[in-house]
Amino acid sequence: MELDPLLLSRLQFAFVVSFHAIFPVFTIGLASYIAVLNGLFYKTEHPAWDRLAQFWTRVFAVVFGMGVVSGIVMSFQFGTNWSNFSYATANFIGPMLSYEVVTAFFLEAAFLGVLLFGRGKVPQGVHLFAAIMVALGTFISSFWILSANSWMQTPAGAELIDGRFHITDWSAAIFNPSFPWRFSHKVMASFVTGGFVVAGVSAWYLLIGRDVEANRRALSMCLWLLLVLTPTQAVIGDFHGLNTLEHQPTKVAAMEGNWETDTNVPLLLAAWPDQAAQDNRFEIGIPNLASLILTHHVDGEVPGLSEVPEDEQPTVWLVFWSFRVMVGLGVLMIGVSLVGLWLRRGGRLYRQRGYLQVLRLMSVTPFIAVLAGWFVTETGRAPWLVYGLMTHAEGVTPSLTGGMALFTLIGYMTVYAVVFACGLYYLTRVVRQGMLPESGDDADPSPHAKRPFSAANARFDDDAAPTWRQ
Amino acid sequence: MESFDLSMIWAVIIGFGVIMYVLMDGFDLGLGILYPFAPSEEARDVMMNSVAPVWDGNETWLVLGGAGLLGAFPLVYSVYLPALYIGVFLMLAGLIFRGIAFEFRFKSRRNRVWWNRAFCWGSAVAAFAQGAVVGAYIEGFPVEDFVFVGGAMDWLTPFAVLTGISLMVGYALLGATWLILKSEGEIQRWAYRITPVLLLAVLSAFAMISVWTPLVDPAVFQRWFDHIHLIWVLPALALACAAWLLMAVHRRQEGQPFIATLGLFLFTYLGLVASKWPVIVPPDYTIWDAASAPESQLFLLIGVLFVIPIVLAYTAWSYWVFRGKVRPGDGYH
Repeated sequence: MELDPLLLSRLQFAFVVSFHAIFPVFTIGLASYIAVLNGLFYKTEHPAWDRLAQFWTRVFAVVFGMGVVSGIVMSFQFGTNWSNFSYATANFIGPMLSYEVVTAFFLEAAFLGVLLFGRGKVPQGVHLFAAIMVALGTFISSFWILSANSWMQTPAGAELIDGRFHITDWSAAIFNPSFPWRFSHKVMASFVTGGFVVAGVSAWYLLIGRDVEANRRALSMCLWLLLVLTPTQAVIGDFHGLNTLEHQPTKVAAMEGNWETDTNVPLLLAAWPDQAAQDNRFEIGIPNLASLILTHHVDGEVPGLSEVPEDEQPTVWLVFWSFRVMVGLGVLMIGVSLVGLWLRRGGRLYRQRGYLQVLRLMSVTPFIAVLAGWFVTETGRAPWLVYGLMTHAEGVTPSLTGGMALFTLIGYMTVYAVVFACGLYYLTRVVRQGMLPESGDDADPSPHAKRPFSAANARFDDDAAPTWRQ
Repeated sequence: MESFDLSMIWAVIIGFGVIMYVLMDGFDLGLGILYPFAPSEEARDVMMNSVAPVWDGNETWLVLGGAGLLGAFPLVYSVYLPALYIGVFLMLAGLIFRGIAFEFRFKSRRNRVWWNRAFCWGSAVAAFAQGAVVGAYIEGFPVEDFVFVGGAMDWLTPFAVLTGISLMVGYALLGATWLILKSEGEIQRWAYRITPVLLLAVLSAFAMISVWTPLVDPAVFQRWFDHIHLIWVLPALALACAAWLLMAVHRRQEGQPFIATLGLFLFTYLGLVASKWPVIVPPDYTIWDAASAPESQLFLLIGVLFVIPIVLAYTAWSYWVFRGKVRPGDGYH
């Protein structure tokens, strides 16, 4: 079989970016949560908030560190595998990515150190300020990345001269049509992710009866938040979808599995899209509902995939099913939040072990939902790299061979497997160590390193026989 | 917009970023390369401890440089990275393994030997790949119509292997003199012993490269030999630094060997820049050919000029906090 450098490059990018995205999607939500915890402690002086803040700051440090490590690769991917794309779009993508780096470094240099290591050394108000700035910084970081991504989906403010994009209107380019909804959807996804992870870990602590007082507070707070956030996310997602309908109708057609433009289109719950036949082999749907959702009329017109030639259609089954995974998990998350509200009556929330177990398991669902959502929006614009203007095939590095692409794909998978395994394993140890004050932490007179990872000092392995089965 | 040359400003910024990276990540990569030769496990602790607080800040410059190149000189970005495809992968993989080794070695006991290996191999591979980039830069890239048209392994020439190994030795020298500054006792004596040997190796490597380079690129030959220029000052200063280094080691001075080595690197680097200036994608493209649109360069310049002083101040502060000797048993973080 001939190795296709284009397909392998797409796989490599998808792999690297998916792997990387897991970390920021969590840290953005977690940073805000830590700021809130520090704020509560500042206001109420209750030690439980402080313990929670310290514990989650340690987790934040490790995840942030892993995000930085996996992000280094991202800044080179564009050049190694997509050099034509890089060259053509550098006038916009270059400054956007650089500003992300600038923001991240500014944040790390100015505030992260104070947040991670400044507790007890700077006034409490300064520490709180640093926590807020770190949270703000994570938003600004994602602002640039999502602006660059949205511009590739809905390019604006640029003019194509001799094969290179020149920016004619910076604010039109940065705040391009799909940016506001994409940004809101992603930020809300980060909040939901942070909420479910904190809820899951707190539930686990309650199950084993550790630090009950602090974890009850954390769990209760998360569930109130999620009760508001999860339905809000669905509403934002709906607006994001309407925006996509306006600018990328083919993507919406693939999401709905709708081949022919029509009115009174059903909402398909399941289907088997057959790209070769340009039809669904089998489908189950609710009549008129897709029309109703997308146009707010039962007889509204929904675009079909056949509006564009077959070679301008995305891989329909992938978009279709990724979308259903995302929405399905979204509905599940709303449901779990509502059950939490119901269990509050009679104070069963903290005692209902089945529910706590469910929460524990739910902590991975937002990650899957986020990745599924990215698959929808990224594969759904195929074959376009810059929508309507440049295809993947035009953007890929011309000198790249299939063998080279396969070599680095396997290479990055290996590297990331090791990083991920070590990082995740270490995180479980940090969580297992829990909220107890770390031994000798404050007594140690030697200056700590000011790297993110240095904020966690759980051990990677044990000096004696393995004890993790305990 | 015409009143000042943005491409020139950006060339200075990127040039500054590159030398900052080489000098700062250089000595900690060098320690990784020296790792297997260290006299004891205790010495390894000290070696790693001496850079643990600052190494990730050192790599700031690499990421800033990568993103800055895309923003300011996209041709460099879109030619070098495809041309050095496998080399870039090896460098990144090396840096990542070495990065996690930093984080987890001190948190481990039983698995420590694995983190030692990751640290050493990661450092060596990354250093070699960076040296090979220099070789590939000197030799130039086949580019047609602003697109790289060479093959996957074109970069791996005997010349690039020479520059790769040279940079490994050079980084090892930086690492050894850094260790003189930061250690004492037996470890310091070991560092004093190996420094002259490494210096000799570096000077031989530089001599070979200096003879070879004008043969590889006639334009470089012309620059140096057509009419005697002020640029001969640069290799002269580099040699002076080498002599200073030898003397400082002989007198058992602690800070001067490292500073002399920094000088040696700086003047060699400036010599290389002077050989090629203003060509940035050899053999044909200058910094002005490789530039992005002026409005993009300007837009990005504002942010970078704002953040560079902050990063510099933060860097200076970290080095200040962790000044002084590292002793065995010091805080393992």
